[in-house]
Amino acid sequence: MSELLLPPEHRYAKIIKEQLNEDGNELSILNLGPTHPATHGIFQNILLMDGERILDAEPTIGYIHRAFEKIAENRPFYQITPLTDRMNYCSSPINNMGWWMTLEKLLNIEVPKRAQYLRVIVMELARITDHLICNSILGVDTGAYTGFLYVFQFREKVYEIYEEICGARLTTNMGRIGGFERDWSPEAFRKLDVFLEEFPVAWKEFENLFERNRIFIDRTVDVGAISAERAMAYGFTGPNLRATGVDYDVRVAQPYSSYEDFDFKVPVGKSGDTYDRFCVRNAEVWESLSIIRQALDKMPEGNEYHAEVPDYYLPPKEDVYNNMESLIYHFKIVMGEVPVPVAEIYHPVEGGNGELGFYLVTDGSRTPYRLHFRRPCFIYYQAYPEMIKGALLSDAIVILSSLNVIAGELDA
Amino acid sequence: MALENTAIQEKLAATFAEDVFNFQQERDIFSFEMNANNNTAIILFLKNDSELRFHFLTDLCGIHYPENPIEKQFAVVYHMHNWYENKRIRIKAFINGSTPEIKTISNIFLTSNWMERETYDFFGVNFIGHPQLKRILNMDEMISFPMRKEFPMEDGGRTDKDDRFFGRTIDNC
Repeated sequence: MSELLLPPEHRYAKIIKEQLNEDGNELSILNLGPTHPATHGIFQNILLMDGERILDAEPTIGYIHRAFEKIAENRPFYQITPLTDRMNYCSSPINNMGWWMTLEKLLNIEVPKRAQYLRVIVMELARITDHLICNSILGVDTGAYTGFLYVFQFREKVYEIYEEICGARLTTNMGRIGGFERDWSPEAFRKLDVFLEEFPVAWKEFENLFERNRIFIDRTVDVGAISAERAMAYGFTGPNLRATGVDYDVRVAQPYSSYEDFDFKVPVGKSGDTYDRFCVRNAEVWESLSIIRQALDKMPEGNEYHAEVPDYYLPPKEDVYNNMESLIYHFKIVMGEVPVPVAEIYHPVEGGNGELGFYLVTDGSRTPYRLHFRRPCFIYYQAYPEMIKGALLSDAIVILSSLNVIAGELDA
Repeated sequence: MALENTAIQEKLAATFAEDVFNFQQERDIFSFEMNANNNTAIILFLKNDSELRFHFLTDLCGIHYPENPIEKQFAVVYHMHNWYENKRIRIKAFINGSTPEIKTISNIFLTSNWMERETYDFFGVNFIGHPQLKRILNMDEMISFPMRKEFPMEDGGRTDKDDRFFGRTIDNC
């Protein structure tokens, strides 16, 4: 049977041939994915199995590779945000803002306080949706569909807020160099208030449903545990690292967009297992809610939503039609003929899954000379085979969900 | 007591002399270049030294500089991070354009395993001693290295984007 699934030169084929269990049972091969509904994305793992226990795994990635880094080398800077959307599509505003902040660092642009706070709000909303999906899908994979359906409507509510801000929902392409493309409408703030009122109630219920649930605990505690040392060696960042007990958070280590103004805790776990990852994400949602409330409270007066950088920020349309100077700026920006210094920039932000880094090399032309995305999913997914070794097949599914590997970010 | 740039520079220069050079503060990151032949020793020193403690490899990627002289046409860029002092550094190692190769650091940082595979996949940089150096995002049958500058964005044989269909000729654009 195994020869049908694997070419004879594959190392697993060799292992199977050589190794026969004492009871005469043969080891077997199982292809998990690439299009299995339980893997929530396109991941293939060739599993070497003894009965239902996984002995080894070989992941294949790249099924939705779209060559973003190559495309980015051929696009003007402002056309690169749509590419960042499509990396971690569960929290695309974080990617968008990270990209704009990279450019602002490159161009030395100071963003007004109010725009920074608005960015913090939208980034924390994105973090909430990201963690919400991860945790509720983890529930689905352990057999609890209800929680998922219950909290998923709040992702819809957040997407309505995005819609009010930028017009798009999933792939937001939000913001501009120096701030936002338009001020937030009163409706956006109203929807945000409603969300802040209703969501904590639902999230509390969601927590109650899982945190002390016997079945859930049996399925997740001590499943897919990884030690802090191994996690750091594998380059883990974000909630998956914090579940092992290391309190590294880019928002605290290198505050960007005024994160230093807010008071929040960095939740950590202890054992780095699936249950801890679930709890860390849960706790982070509460911290995100608190940050959003603080940002709304501290929001400076006025309606400033972008920096005064005419070289890089598109002028209002009526000015373009009626005003020579605005027309020139408009033309230059759209054609990508803006002054860009020669520099190398690395800018990290705390994405939904960890440190999302943008390494940008410019040569003074209209496109990046080289743009590299440090994608946290890509980096920590290489620990997956080690984490599922010795686990059951059903645990492999649960571990994959709890790592929150997003195919778009994995493959870029 | 924060880790100062000068302290890093002095320590490295004392140990590796000519192999580390071109130290500079680039915006918020302290960066320097290193001799590619000695990369493993330098990275290992940065990781294990009791003062420097750059224990976390944030990023590893390649860059292609076709305009450079042949011995400096590729660069491998390492971003390292010291979480204790919250200090980042960037190290660049230039390598030969015709036979790009550099020693692997996957035995020092496990995480560089896939990053090096990615760099190999896109630039064709041969990481000597890598346990499993094969393509990662592109398909195995591919013969070219797509992130090299000479690799065209689109298939040259495409006819659906022929400029003539859009009314453009060599004369009018």
